Amino acid sequence: MTTDYRTLAREGLWTNNGVLSMMLGLCPTMAMTNSATNGLGMGLATAAVMTASTLLVSIFRNHFSQEVRIPVFVLIIATTVTIVDMCMNAWMHELYKVLGLFIPLIVVNCLPFARFEMFSAKNSPLPSLADGFFMGIGFTLALTTIGAVREISGSGTLFSDASLLLGPAFKFLEMRVLPPDTGILMMILPPGAFLVTGLLLVAKRMIDERSGKAAPAIAAHCAP
Amino acid sequence: MSQQRTLIHGLILGAFCLGFGLMLVLTNSFTKDDIALRAVEDRQNSLKQVIPDSIHDNNLATDTLTLKNDQGNEVVAYLSTKEGKVTGVAFETSGSGYSGTIKVMLGVDPEGKILGARVLAHKETPGLGDKIEVKKSDWILRFTGLSVGNPPLDKWKVKKDGGQFDQFAGATITPRAVVKAIREGLKFFDANKTKIMEFKNDPAKNTEPGKTPAKEVLK
Repeated sequence: MTTDYRTLAREGLWTNNGVLSMMLGLCPTMAMTNSATNGLGMGLATAAVMTASTLLVSIFRNHFSQEVRIPVFVLIIATTVTIVDMCMNAWMHELYKVLGLFIPLIVVNCLPFARFEMFSAKNSPLPSLADGFFMGIGFTLALTTIGAVREISGSGTLFSDASLLLGPAFKFLEMRVLPPDTGILMMILPPGAFLVTGLLLVAKRMIDERSGKAAPAIAAHCAP
Repeated sequence: MSQQRTLIHGLILGAFCLGFGLMLVLTNSFTKDDIALRAVEDRQNSLKQVIPDSIHDNNLATDTLTLKNDQGNEVVAYLSTKEGKVTGVAFETSGSGYSGTIKVMLGVDPEGKILGARVLAHKETPGLGDKIEVKKSDWILRFTGLSVGNPPLDKWKVKKDGGQFDQFAGATITPRAVVKAIREGLKFFDANKTKIMEFKNDPAKNTEPGKTPAKEVLK
């Protein structure tokens, strides 16, 4: 397994992107991308939990046997999510009021499990940490993009309420792209999530094919 | 042999459960007090939003009255008094929205006019139903100043049901639930008006302990 950080970054952000290549973590992807801000919030929360939990898995990777690894993974991800949830509630309460909704959803995300199994359980802590981080950021990018497309076509705005999530300094992100009441409501309802995710997948494959890097990586990484 | 292996796996898993359980216990004990503090702050903030500072000189969060609603559930009413006279009351009311209960904090003045209404907690769809939050839209502010009779009770509905309140594009159930919660809240106020108005903020209670507790349960 490679421990080259640039490869890790490229894998996480593009070639092996959690949503757009591996098609994992689609439950929160579908549910939380009705606006760019929601997608960003869900993505950041997931990235934080993934970074911490891949590190934990990697630290303990020699202590659990193959037979009980799945329960241990479940334990690790559930513990990390609960700890993040409690700490944010106590010390980052304003952010928690916005993100609190998303955090328990991370437990049902398959992406961390896939990374535990494929990477963290076989690699030392530092590369695992990097892998978790870049996978999380890749997830964030995918969710924000899907959210942005859905928000623009559905409600005509972009990054609305971003200042609630990131603080007043990010007020400039909030913009109205289309005049009010011109959006296609379906795009912010569940069908819009499937449509946009599908179209983005097509776009990614087309770009990959153009640049001659077809996606044989998928097959290789789907194998356990 | 295989039994022994099962035992070892069980022990490993047990050890992990114990370790991570301990981590959770530790985090919980570190954060418990802060979380409780935040909840109290949230309550005070929401009370401040529905009862203007200018009309009371007491501590809203401590002058409470426990009342019973039609369903027999206990409702805590936070009373605002000025110079011993009741100038308003705030209480929680709820309605069932698209996904789960929507909790609304409602402030009412002695004449039954709404001083303010705010959604405390809900699980509605982000981007559709969450326009009931004051942070996302000013929809909830339209209730301020209204009462039963203004508009008449049969207009206390969303427009789709023949009432006078706007619903949102793509979300009718949510505003319908909020309008209903506020309507029920006003009815609850009417039913309990005498009990609320009788409330005395006894200024002597600090000097004569045990005379009249601020918290009394009325049946």
